[in-house]
Amino acid sequence: MSSQPATLCVTFSVISGVFAARKALSKLLDGLAPLNLASDDTDSIKMVLAEVLNNIVEHGYPNPQTPGPIGVQCTLVDNGLDIALTDTGLPMPNDEPPIGNAPNTDVQFVDLPEGGFGWFLIKMFAQDITYKRSGDINTLSFHLPIRLTISA
Amino acid sequence: MELSTKTEDPILIVSVNDDRIDAAVAIEFKDAMRTETLDGPKIVVLDLSAVNFIDSSGLGAIVASMKHMGQDRTLALAGLTPTVDKVFRLTRMDTVFSLFATLDGALDELCNRPT
Repeated sequence: MSSQPATLCVTFSVISGVFAARKALSKLLDGLAPLNLASDDTDSIKMVLAEVLNNIVEHGYPNPQTPGPIGVQCTLVDNGLDIALTDTGLPMPNDEPPIGNAPNTDVQFVDLPEGGFGWFLIKMFAQDITYKRSGDINTLSFHLPIRLTISA
Repeated sequence: MELSTKTEDPILIVSVNDDRIDAAVAIEFKDAMRTETLDGPKIVVLDLSAVNFIDSSGLGAIVASMKHMGQDRTLALAGLTPTVDKVFRLTRMDTVFSLFATLDGALDELCNRPT
């Protein structure tokens, strides 16, 4: 008997705002609890989700007076999780995710980077990142590899 | 976001009494750091032992705090939990800050270091 559920799909939504990422992380990790994930995997899920959510809050819904919904769908697949986020905020510039180069730390003290880490961290873990704008809806989807251990 | 401070001459220890430094508290953290480190000792150790998660906003806020202190002062980070340590290494910010596994380790090393 496997202790791991054969299918698992976690679906929920949160409203944009400064606490959106915290709420979404807590809901997602609760939903993934049956997988008994290793701490390395939990770390990468937390890092990627926090950055993706913060980007939607900051750039998709930049006006805190007009918040909007952010949908999260996470499906267990072979070798990991397929995650899709939907929102009805502003489209991404040029209809594509940022390149996510590493921030340059080899600079003068006053020029040390205070931002630009978000997409770098996302791209370090997430694979097959796709962005689609259809009508008023943004969909960002990606695959997050995790080590699923099946215990007898 | 609550910070507490203690001076162990010639070092100021600032402890974060919160389990995360993320987008929800990054600005608050930066403001509190600015207040606590104003005109204080040259060496400041930020005790992160209670923090188990940091995102890019939190990382940016720590960099901003160091820049605000100025180049003639030192901001060292101590007590990094595994997840926080990972974020610093992945973003190469471990090359910008002195990282110490424990607060005691940081104090031992920094007390003997000429500034």
